[in-house]
Order: sequence, then structure tokens, then C-alpha cells
Amino acid sequence: MDTNVILLLLLVPLIGSLVNIFFGKKLGNGSGIIATIAVLISFIVTVIAFVQVNSTKVAIQGDLFEWIAVDRFTISFGFLLDQLSLLWLLFVTGIGTLIHLYSTSYMKGDENYAKFFGYLNLFIFFMIVLVAGSNLLITFIGWEGVGLCSYLLIGFWHKNQDYNDAAKKAFIMNRIGDLGFLIGVFILAFLFQSLDYMTIKEALATGTNHQINTWIGFAALAIFIGAVGKSAQIPLYTWLPDAMAGPTPVSALIHAATMVTAGIFLITRLNFVFDLAPLVQNTIAIVGAFTSLFAASIGLVQNDIKKVLAYSTVSQLGLMFMAIGFGAYEIAVFHVITHAFFKACLFLGSGSVIHAMGGEQDMRRMGGLDKYMKVTYITFLIATAAISGFPFLSGFFSKDEILMVAFENNKFLYIVGSIASIMTAFYMFRLVFLTFKKGFRGSQEQKNHLHESPLSMTLPLIILAFFSIVGGAINLPGSNWLNHYLQPIIVKSTGKAHELGTEAYILMALATAGFLIGLGWAFYKYIKNSEVPQEDEKITGFHKVLYNKYYIDEIYMVIFVKPIYVIATFFRDFVEVALSGTVLGLGKIADELSLQGKKAQNGNIGLYLFAFVFGICILFYYLFIAR
Amino acid sequence: MENVIEIIGIEKYIYLSIILFCIGVLGILYRRNAIVMFMCIEIMLNSANMLLVAFSTFHQDAEGQVFVFFTMAVAAAEVAVGLAILVTIYRNIGSIDIDKLKNLKG
Repeated sequence: MDTNVILLLLLVPLIGSLVNIFFGKKLGNGSGIIATIAVLISFIVTVIAFVQVNSTKVAIQGDLFEWIAVDRFTISFGFLLDQLSLLWLLFVTGIGTLIHLYSTSYMKGDENYAKFFGYLNLFIFFMIVLVAGSNLLITFIGWEGVGLCSYLLIGFWHKNQDYNDAAKKAFIMNRIGDLGFLIGVFILAFLFQSLDYMTIKEALATGTNHQINTWIGFAALAIFIGAVGKSAQIPLYTWLPDAMAGPTPVSALIHAATMVTAGIFLITRLNFVFDLAPLVQNTIAIVGAFTSLFAASIGLVQNDIKKVLAYSTVSQLGLMFMAIGFGAYEIAVFHVITHAFFKACLFLGSGSVIHAMGGEQDMRRMGGLDKYMKVTYITFLIATAAISGFPFLSGFFSKDEILMVAFENNKFLYIVGSIASIMTAFYMFRLVFLTFKKGFRGSQEQKNHLHESPLSMTLPLIILAFFSIVGGAINLPGSNWLNHYLQPIIVKSTGKAHELGTEAYILMALATAGFLIGLGWAFYKYIKNSEVPQEDEKITGFHKVLYNKYYIDEIYMVIFVKPIYVIATFFRDFVEVALSGTVLGLGKIADELSLQGKKAQNGNIGLYLFAFVFGICILFYYLFIAR
Repeated sequence: MENVIEIIGIEKYIYLSIILFCIGVLGILYRRNAIVMFMCIEIMLNSANMLLVAFSTFHQDAEGQVFVFFTMAVAAAEVAVGLAILVTIYRNIGSIDIDKLKNLKG
């Protein structure tokens, strides 16, 4: 029974993907429907499994077969559907279904319509493998798989070289993180002779000594580096904004709601390892907080609608990492879930806008769209309110919890996080005001083209907006359903004991005040003063530094890319020349020798016969006479 | 009954065989006419055959003579094929001088 559930969950998206990739051209519009249904089936299976696990409190577990067996070290191809992975699966497949549905309209008319859905289904498959794997190696398969799908989908419109570059950048940046992940896996395998999550957990529960703790610290650091790559934290975050080159549904699904949260998933999964490495935890908190602030400050001045959302994603991921760093894994998970709803809604909303604008992404060419696209506007506004921390929407609770934990543990990081939150409120409302308010600034042609998107696009928006409002209900302060639900997974938590005391209310009030500051600032600038961001060449001063993303890409170019090019050029111009010269030289020598030998083959039969007889004579001489 | 070998002596046969073989080899090396060369090959073959027969009688053993029959049959087949090739060559280039057959020059 258990293995059947797992097989069904895994194979349906895989089959959907294969059908779409190999027979997609024949299916026409049917491929989108098949892909959507495949994910929907996975979602239904997940819901059933979730209900079962939630009532019985026993994880669904199944080993499909023994994969690697060397001496006593064995790795089974096993899957584990426990509270944590089911939670992830719920929103991966749930939001995945909505985004598939959305894409059936959004991608309509694309020449590679079927291939798109093939990749999207493949992504869902790998994401399920990642989340449901019962040991680190299975998770690693999924981890690499989603990276591959991300690469394929970022470069989906591969006729544009910039998009290809963005895809390669994402892939290579992720490889750096993956190396860290692999090293962590090796260390853990060395320490525990097993990669199974449960085995490691039990081994650690029996106690450790000082030396093992040191090694665990290294393992935790290495795995954190993996998470930094996948979840786009400083210093490996630059791929995520560029990843917006992909089609917008991809940005919503992979680069906002699901794949980028894999790092948080992994750390939460291994919380018992990270608990033993307080130094690494501190690092995580600091990296998270500063990523949050850093990305938010870049987001303040971006003019590309998707770039703003991308930096906002990086910023929110930073907040989640900060929570993890304080050991409040449940709260990070809480924010992952609420973030998945409102960020997917925001991206799909921006996709709807881009669709209506005929591919235009620059907010300076938009404006006044609320009159043309009511549903998009309202859902977008709700999601914006949620991400900015409007009281009693989902984002308010999750972000508030993070800041509360930060306040208890480290006042300085609390301030950093709060500033990032204020900035978030500002740039999100800036986005809304510039896009939907005031007059239309685009061309007349674009204006005639403006239209509300079809139902298959607005329906996901409405559903996601609904969950953006009520999503906070899963972990309301006081009831804390999520905390109780995740109790079997998280060994030791600091985020549990939140009393609704005076301090909590004060912090909530402060967060609300922060939200109002951000909102008011944006309102003053863009509604009252009707400002429109300047054209690229007029930007000066610190604004220019921000607009160019602190020149991080340029700095990486000088520090990492250029030296590698220099080394590569050296190898190409000298080492390779020497090596291939040697090899070619040997070939040349053989060639010359054979040219000489060829002359003996002159076609003169008389000579051949003479050589033949002469040879026999020599042979006989040695055989009979010389001996 | 007195044996032929005992009258003449085995060593005479060996000398004859060597002389015939050398004539064959020299013919192969000096002549340029393909048919003559063929004849020389036959001389060499038959010198060996004769030696086989001589030793066969010398040892009172019939095996060597059986061998010779096989050799002759194979040689006949070889000559048939060889002559056929020569005829074809003659048709193509109008000559059977081996110095003119240089198409296989490397």
C-alpha cells in the first residue's frame, strides 16, 4: 500500500512529462491538459496521504529497491512521506497544479508548447523526489534534477542569447552550492555509515562526543553552502534575478514558490544536525538577515516588474534563513508556505500584466492598468498587502513570527530584518502604484491591446489570493497548529513558546507601523507626487549603485570570471598547444615513416618474388645452417 | 625383387630434386613471361613430389605416395585458376609480361 502511494505520486508527473516530451507535438493543446491533470493527480494523492498521516501520526515509508550496497554501507531507493515532506508536497503539487492551469493559457501559441509542459512536469517529478527522499542521496537526485529543469526552463526561449547566458549562470552558480552539498553528504556518510535521515537522527539522539561535533559542524556548513546556492543567498544569489529570463509561470513555480525553498527544506530536514553546530547557525542567521536587507535595497529601484519580484524573493528567503539560524525551523516553514502563496500570486499576476502588455516588462511603460484588468489588480493588491505585512493577512503572521524570534535572540538582526520589511512594503506598493495606478504610459498600440486575461489565468490568481489572505491561519499565534504538526520532525526548537503577551503585541504594532511607513512612503512618492522612475541614463549617485545592483555582477566578473578566463586562456594557448603538439608530432612521425615504407610497394612482381626467395633463403640459413 | 631405390641410391634422387628445385627458382627469378613462370612453379612442385615418392619407397611406406596424389590434385586446380587469371590479364592489357603489371604500386 505504502509503496503504491509513493509510486503513484512519483510516476504520474514523470509519465506526463515523457508523454509531453515525446508525443507532445501530436497532442496539440491536449498536452497542457495532460500535464495539468498529472500534477492534479499527484496533488490528490498528496492530500490523501496528508490526511492519513495527520490522523495516524505515522509516516508513510517505502523502499522501492536496494540501490547501492557496498560492504555494510547500503543505500536504499526509499521514500519517506512524513509531516514535513507532505507539507512541502502539498504546496508544490497544489500550486503546481494552479500554475500548470495558468500556463495552458499563458503559453498558448508558443512553438514549443508541449515541451514546456514536459519540462514543467519533469520539474514536479524531481521536486517530489527531492522532498520525499528518505535519504540524502535521493534528495540529491531531486536536487540536481530540479536544477536541470530550472536550467532548461530559464533558457526555454533559447533563441535569445541573453536567456541562454542566464540559464548557464543559474546552472553554474548552483553547481558551486551542489559541491558544498556533496561534501556535506560525504562527511555525514563517513560519520554515520548511512545517509538515511532516520538513522542519522537516531545516531545523534544517543549522544555525541566533541570530535564528532566538529565534523558535524563542517558537514552543516557544507550543506548550508548547498542551500545558499539553491535558495539564492549571499554570495550566490545573483542567478535568481537573471533567472527571470524564463517564462513567467516558471518564475512563479520554480524561482519563487518551490525550488528555491529547497535549501530551507534541506536544513529543516537535517535540523538535528544543525542543532549541533551553533556556529553555523549563527552564520545562517547573519547571512539570511543581510541577504534580506541587501536584496530589498536593490529591489527599491528596479524598474523591471519581474526583477522587483525576484529581489523580493531573495529578500524573503533571507528572512526564512534568519529564522532557521535562530533554530526556529517551524517559523521558517510557515513563512515558506505563506510566501509560496503570495509570491506565486504576485508572479502570476505580473505574468498576466506582461501578457496584456504584449511582453513589456518595464514598469515605466505601464500605469493605470487597474481599469483594464480588475481581477489581476485586486488579486495582485491582496498578495502585495500579504507580502508587505498588512495586518491579519498571511504574510503578517509569518513575518511577524520571524521578527519576534529575531527580537528574542539578536536585537541587531531584528533591526536589519525590520528595515528589510519596511523596504519590502515600499517597493511592493511602488510596483502596484506604478503598474496599476495613474495614467497609461505605454504606446497607443499597447493600449489597444490591453485586456483582462482568460479564466484559466485568473482562476489560479483568485485561489492564490484567497490563500494569501487566510494562509496565516495554519499557525495563528495562540493556536500554533503548524508548530504542533511539525513537532515529530523538529528535535529541538526555539520558536515554540510564543505567548501572546505584551511584548508580542508591541512587536506586532511595530511591524504594522513599519508596513505603514513603507506604504506611506510609496504613496507619497508615486501617487501624491506622481513620480515616474527616471530613464536609465539619467540615474545618478547612490541610486545608480542600487539600480546596478551594487555592481555585484561586475565585481564577480573581475574577481572570479576574469581570472578563470586568464587561466583558461593560458591552458588553451600554452598547455594545450604543447600537448596536442606532442600527440600530433607522434602522428606525423608515423606518417613520414610509412611514406618511406610505401616506396617498397612499387608493384614490380619480379622484385617481390626476389624478396620472397631471398627471405626464404635467410630463413633456411638461420634454421638449418647457423644453428 | 630388387628395389629401384637400392639400384640407384636415395642420394641421387635428392640431388636431382635439388637441381630441379633450383632450376624452378631461377626460372621464377629470371623469366618475365608469366606462363614460363608457371611452368617453373610446376617444376618446383614436382621436384618435391618426386622426393616424397622416393622417400616413400625408401621407407616402404605408402603414405608419401598418397600425399603426392593430393598435391597433384591441388596443383591441377591451382593451374586452372592461374591460367584463367592469365587469360583475363592478357585480354585486358594484351601482354603477360609481369613487368607491365604495376597497377598495384603503393
